[in-house]
Amino acid sequence: MLKIKNLHASINGNDILKGISLEVKAGEVHAIMGPNGAGKSTLASIIAGKEDYDVTDGEISLDGNDIMELSPEERAHKGVFLSFQYPVEIPGVSVTNFIKTSINESRKAQGLEEMPAKDMLKMIREKSDLLEIDRKFLSRSLNEGFSGGEKKRNEIFQMAMLEPKLAILDETDSGLDIDALRIVANGINKLKSKDNAVIVITHYQRLLDHIVPDFVHVLHDGKIVKSGTKELALELEEKGYDWLKNI
Amino acid sequence: MELKEKLVASFMAFENRGNVDLDSKVHQVRTEAFEFFEKNDFPTKRDENWKYTSLKSVLKHDYNVFPKKENTLEFKDVKKYFIHDLDSYKIVFIDGVYSSFLSETTHEGFDICLMSSALKMEKYSGVMEKYFNKIAPKETLTSLNTAFADEGAYIKIGNNTVVPRPIQVINFSTGAEKDIIIQPRNLVIVGENSQVQIIERHQSLTEDHKTFTNSVTEIFADKSSIVDYYKIQNDLETSSLIDGTYIEQQEKSVVNVSTFSFGGKLTRNNLVFHQQGSRTESNLNGISILDGKQHVDNQTLVKHNSPDCESNEMYKGIYAGKSKGVFGGKIIVDQIAQRINAFQKNNSILIGEKSEINAKPQLEIFADDVKCSHGCTIGQLDEDALFYLQSRGIPKKEAKALLLFAFGNDVLEKIKIPQLKSRIRKQIAKSLKVNLEFEW
Repeated sequence: MLKIKNLHASINGNDILKGISLEVKAGEVHAIMGPNGAGKSTLASIIAGKEDYDVTDGEISLDGNDIMELSPEERAHKGVFLSFQYPVEIPGVSVTNFIKTSINESRKAQGLEEMPAKDMLKMIREKSDLLEIDRKFLSRSLNEGFSGGEKKRNEIFQMAMLEPKLAILDETDSGLDIDALRIVANGINKLKSKDNAVIVITHYQRLLDHIVPDFVHVLHDGKIVKSGTKELALELEEKGYDWLKNI
Repeated sequence: MELKEKLVASFMAFENRGNVDLDSKVHQVRTEAFEFFEKNDFPTKRDENWKYTSLKSVLKHDYNVFPKKENTLEFKDVKKYFIHDLDSYKIVFIDGVYSSFLSETTHEGFDICLMSSALKMEKYSGVMEKYFNKIAPKETLTSLNTAFADEGAYIKIGNNTVVPRPIQVINFSTGAEKDIIIQPRNLVIVGENSQVQIIERHQSLTEDHKTFTNSVTEIFADKSSIVDYYKIQNDLETSSLIDGTYIEQQEKSVVNVSTFSFGGKLTRNNLVFHQQGSRTESNLNGISILDGKQHVDNQTLVKHNSPDCESNEMYKGIYAGKSKGVFGGKIIVDQIAQRINAFQKNNSILIGEKSEINAKPQLEIFADDVKCSHGCTIGQLDEDALFYLQSRGIPKKEAKALLLFAFGNDVLEKIKIPQLKSRIRKQIAKSLKVNLEFEW
């Protein structure tokens, strides 16, 4: 589904990604771990289409099509979803109206009619139940005054509504307490299918106790220094990242 | 002929039209104002208050000073300029002349009628003596308006009265009089414990001729009254507006003035509050969304002359193209005005490479136990926020508009008339050139 080949990227002349190659197939869960500043969030942003970076080399394709020239919204329309580490506050736009706009823009791009209000409501109800979200929450202004945990839960709610092909979860576990983490992870697991894929970016093993990855990659200094299965995450938890720096 | 010469030459004829008794107080006030104008002339950029706004391009036209005839308009042609889904009283003028056909006035329970009647009829002379030109300052443009004060809205609400419907005051110019100067003069007097909502609009209907409006409104809010005043400024680029709105508030009154500037060639708003009673509250809200070569200058002054009062000021501006904004916010706290709380915020976003904003907050505090805060920001759209919205499939243009909506939202939230709120939202979407139908 997603193929990244030899990706190099920099910002303001600083090289951040130094040759990343990664393949994610439908039905798979990949975890990307690594210390602060390794380039994890940069990688996520570049896949989603953020324009601040200079991609100096490499390719990214989705289902065999090069997506490097596509805008963030075009990538979203093709099924890429990024759950933000720091979601933005938009006063005056409710969670519900935002997600309606988001869904209908995607449908419009695919030449579909707007989703009928009845179906939209039904879907909102189902997905908010799935993530144990209070209905009142949905009429609040998007992310405004939300706690860290509420923001993350709201991100996953949007993911549930948009049903992306490829979901990238950037530190979704940070700011979540144990119960919220379980609910969010549970939601993500229920959204998983053989047709979609998830990339989980995290510092810690604890999210991976709930969302079990098929592959774990360790990113360090802009490169994937080690890849393995879920056991690698446990090893990292035990040994820290330092031992990898010398590989 | 220069505009000033023309106005000077016209004054005699104006006073001799016989609509006001030459022995009356009104005549005396007008004559004094005229003399002041004649002596002082129009302001130039050398005047500190007009440093960033030049009237040169406005004053150069050969304006018609008096409308010659009564022009008519079909309601269907101008319906869109009304908040037409709102049950309201209406005072409508066409080229400065009252249109009874488009208006809906009343004398039942309160007066919602014409300044021309109030100025000349004997039964109003007491009220005129007490209120007319009492708080409008001695400044050239205001004096010019006073000198030619003739027509406008006269709204007088007694005590303990809630006016059940908002009042729309609309000034149309049609082009039938070629280039025209219009000088509406409004007087609003609200009694104790009374409430009224007013929506004001100036609208030109011609792109072939220039309109120069020099409007003055005096508002008197008695004890515990509540006045909501909304100004919609979305005129054609052939029109310029100088607006002076002067407000005097008594004890525990609340006056809210919201100014929405989306159009016009040049707009200058002078908004002045005098807090003459304790525990009064003044709220000043503004949104300007400009493009092209539009120019909007908001000058506000809050005079805290009494203790335990509050003022909240929030002006937001979005400037595209080569548009230019000016904001001057002055707060003066008198020595006796202890324990007041004055808040001022002015935020601007520049989206045009050649757009410009000049902002100047000014606080003069002579009391020692006060809380004054002000904040002024000038910035661009947050790129991270934009990326967030785009990553959810919202195209860049719409995403920008959504962020600009969010930026102006706290001012929009202050609008108390739902139909007006929805109109302003739609207008904002239009100004931002997007087709967004958020239900909010």
